[in-house]
Amino acid sequence: MENTIVKAENYNSYFGDNHVVKDVNISIHKNEVIAVMGPSGCGKTTFLRGINRMHELIPGATSKGKILLDGENVYDMNAIYVRAKIGMVFQRPNPFPNLSIYENVVAGYLLNGIKLSKADKDAIVEKSLTSAALWKEVKDSLHKKGTFLSGGQQQRLCIARAIAMQPELILFDEPTSALDPISTSSVEALFHELKANYTLIIVTHNMQQAARVSDRTAFFYMGELVEFDDTKQMFTAPRDQRTQNYITGRFS
Amino acid sequence: MEPKLGIRNVKSMIFKGVIIFFAFLITVPLIIVLLYIIKQGITQVNWSFLTHVPAPTGEKGGGIANALLGSFIMVMMASVVAVPVGILAGIYLSENPGTKLAYYSGLCVDILQGVPSIVVGIVVYFWVVKPLGGFSAIAGSIALAIMMLPIIIRSTEQTLKLLPDSLKEAALSLGVPYHRVIIKVIIPCGFAGILSGITLSIARIIGETAPLLFTALGNNFLTMKITGPMDSLPHVIFSYATSPYDDWHDLAWGASFILLMFVLTLNIVTKLLTRKWKIQL
Amino acid sequence: MENKRLELSDSQLKWETIFKRLLIAMSILLLVIIVGVLATLITESMPSIKSLGIGYLWGKVWDPIQNIYGAYPFLIGTLLTSFIALIISVPFSYAIAIYLGEYNPKGWLSDTLKNAVELIAAVPSIIYGFWGIFVLVPLVRTLEMKIGVLPLGVGVFSASLVLAVMIIPYGASLGITLIRMVPSPLKEGAYALGATRFEVIRNVIMPYTRTGLFAGVLLSLGRALGETMAVTMLIGNSSAIASTFKEVLFGPGNTMASVIANEFAEADHTLYLSALIELGLALFLVTVVINLIGKRIITRFTNN
Repeated sequence: MENTIVKAENYNSYFGDNHVVKDVNISIHKNEVIAVMGPSGCGKTTFLRGINRMHELIPGATSKGKILLDGENVYDMNAIYVRAKIGMVFQRPNPFPNLSIYENVVAGYLLNGIKLSKADKDAIVEKSLTSAALWKEVKDSLHKKGTFLSGGQQQRLCIARAIAMQPELILFDEPTSALDPISTSSVEALFHELKANYTLIIVTHNMQQAARVSDRTAFFYMGELVEFDDTKQMFTAPRDQRTQNYITGRFS
Repeated sequence: MEPKLGIRNVKSMIFKGVIIFFAFLITVPLIIVLLYIIKQGITQVNWSFLTHVPAPTGEKGGGIANALLGSFIMVMMASVVAVPVGILAGIYLSENPGTKLAYYSGLCVDILQGVPSIVVGIVVYFWVVKPLGGFSAIAGSIALAIMMLPIIIRSTEQTLKLLPDSLKEAALSLGVPYHRVIIKVIIPCGFAGILSGITLSIARIIGETAPLLFTALGNNFLTMKITGPMDSLPHVIFSYATSPYDDWHDLAWGASFILLMFVLTLNIVTKLLTRKWKIQL
Repeated sequence: MENKRLELSDSQLKWETIFKRLLIAMSILLLVIIVGVLATLITESMPSIKSLGIGYLWGKVWDPIQNIYGAYPFLIGTLLTSFIALIISVPFSYAIAIYLGEYNPKGWLSDTLKNAVELIAAVPSIIYGFWGIFVLVPLVRTLEMKIGVLPLGVGVFSASLVLAVMIIPYGASLGITLIRMVPSPLKEGAYALGATRFEVIRNVIMPYTRTGLFAGVLLSLGRALGETMAVTMLIGNSSAIASTFKEVLFGPGNTMASVIANEFAEADHTLYLSALIELGLALFLVTVVINLIGKRIITRFTNN
C-alpha cells in the first residue's frame, strides 16, 4: 500500500543464541500513532531498536528478515543513514550535558559536522522546540546548558532534537516511564499534535497509556507479535486469549 | 575466666593510640624533607639561576636554564606521543571490555605500570640511542612516553566507564557515526577526568631520572637540538648532587626546589580536575 | 538534501571503520611494546647467558676488569634493602590504612593525612636520594661511629630507610581501599555483641582483608625492587660481599638497579654490558611476576 511507511517481514532478533524477537510481520501507515505493549522481556524494545538499527550496536546482537522503510530494506541501507532518517526518544531523557539547549536541538547537524547558516539553525531550533511544546519555556535561555530543566522538559528537548532531523518516523522507547504524572501528560498531549506530521511508534509498559494515545496497538508476548489491531478493538474485544489475559492484569 | 571489660577497653584505647602514633609519625620525615629542600633551595632561585647555564667548574654562579628547557622540551615531546596513544587505547579498553584484545592489552598496561624505570631506560637505549648513533632528547622522550602510557590509559578508561551509556545511544540514534560520538560527545563529557590523568602522568615523569640516564644523558649547554643529548631537571640534580663541588651542590638544591614546586603544582591541579570531574558526574 | 545526507553517511561509514581500526592498533601497540621490551632484554643478555650460564646467579665475584661476573652481591643487596624497607614500612602502612579506613575516614584531619601520604608518593626519588646524602647520611655516620662500624654513612641501612619511606604510600592507599570494603553488617554484628574497637579490628577486619593486604605487601615489594635513583645515591656502590652481619647492614652494597645505573655507561665490552642487561632482565621478570600476582589477588578480592 502506498500509505505504508514501515513494514516488517519475517523479522527476527537475537542476542547471541537467544531468540528474542520471533518472526514479526507488521505494516504501519503514515501518520499513525502505534503503541507497542507487552510484559517485561517480551521483545518489544528489541523490536523497536531493530527498526533504526540500534539493536546491532550491542555486541553479539543480530537479526534476520526485512524491515522496509518506504519500501526499502533498512538492512540493505547504510546504517548511519537509517539512524539519521529515523528519530528516537529514550526512556531516560538524555540531552547532551556539554551542549546548550540550542545546540542540543541541532545536535544531529552539529555532531555530524553539517554546516548550517545561523538563520537556518535559528529556524530549526524555533520550529522544533515549538513542535515539542517547549519553545515558550526556554526561548530566553537557549544558550544555557539544560541542567535546570525538569525531567519532562528534558524529555521534550530530546523530542525536539529528534524532530529537528526532519524524520518521517519517530520511535519512542518507554518515553514517560521515568517521568512524573504531570510531565507524562504533557508528553502524551504532544503525541497527539506530532501525529499530523510524523508517524509515531511508542513502546510502553503502561496499558492505559497505550489505550490513551494510539490508533493501533501491537501486543508482544515472549518475542511474538500476538495481536495487532485498532486500539479500541484490542482493548474492548481482543482476539487472542493471551491479549485478554494481559489486559485484564493476569500478568504484567 | 573472661577478661574484664575494663581491660579490654584499655587494650582498645592503647591500640588506638599506637595506630594514631604510627600513622602521624609518617608526616615527620615528609615535613623534614620538604622543609629542608625549601630552605636550601629557595635561596638559590633568582632570575640568573633560571636563565643561565651552569658556570665552568670553580666559578660561582650559573644556573639551570639548560635543564629547565630540556625538561620542558622532553616532557612536551613525550606528551605528544603518549597522550593520543594513551587516550585511544583507553577508549578501546573502556568500549570493548569483554574482548581478548582488551584482556591482553590490559594485562600489558598492568605490566608496564610495574616495569622499573631503569629497565625502560635500558630498552630505549637499544631501540633508539644505538640505531641513531648517540644520546638524544628523542630517546629520552620516548622513554618518558612509555612511562606515561599506563597512567593515561587507566585514567581514560576509568573516566569513560563512568559515563552513562545513554549519552552514546542518544548520539548514535541521531545518525552520528561512532568516531564522532566518541570525539564530539564522550571525550568532551569526560574531559576533566582525562585531563587529570594527563597532568598526573606529567607529574610522575617530570621527576624521573633513571630512564634519562642512558637516553638523553645531559648537556651543559642550552640546546634545542633534539637529536643530541639534552639535560633535564632530575638529571642535573643527580649530576650536581654527586659531584664534589659545593657550588654545584647549591645548584642541585635550587633545582630540587624548582622540581618540587612543579610536582606539587601538578598534583594540586590533578586533584582539582578530579574533583571537578566527580562533581560533574 | 537526501543525496547529500546519503553521501555523508557513506563517507562517515568509512571513517568509522578507520577509527575502530586505529583503536585496535593502539591496543596492539601495547602488546608490541611489552613483547619488544622482553625481546630486547633477552637478546642483549644472550652473550652473558650463553657464556656464564646459570652459575651467574650465585657468582660471588663481580670484577669487570678481570671479566668475571657474578650477580650474587646484587641479589643480596636487592633483597636486603627491599625486605628491610618492607619490614619498616608495613607497620606504618597498616597504621595509616586502619586509621583512615576505620577510625577516621572523613573530615579535615583525615584529608590532611591522606594528602600527606600522597605527597610522600609524589616526591621524585631523586629528591629523596639527594636529601638522603646531605641529611640522613651524616646522621647514620654518627650512628656508625658509635657502634664501631666503618663510618661511611652510605650503605644498605641508609638506602633501606629512605626506601621504606618511599613505599609506605603504596601499601597505605591499597590498605585504605580494602579496609573500607569490609561490609558494615559484619562489623556491626561484632559491635552488637559487645566487642571493643580493637577486637573488631583484630577479629573481623584483619581476617577479612588479610589476602588483600598481603597483595598490598607484594605490590610494595614490587615497587621497592625497582626503585633506582634514591637507592643508587645512598647505597655506597660496592660490589663486594661483606662478612659480618653488622658490615652487611651498615656497609656499602649494590642492588640490581643501582649497579646498572652506575656501570651501564662504563660497560665497554660486550660481556660486561650483557651481564648488566641480564640483571635488568631478572629485575624485569621478578617485578612483573610480583606485580601481576598482587594485582590478580586484588581483582579477585574486589570482585567478591
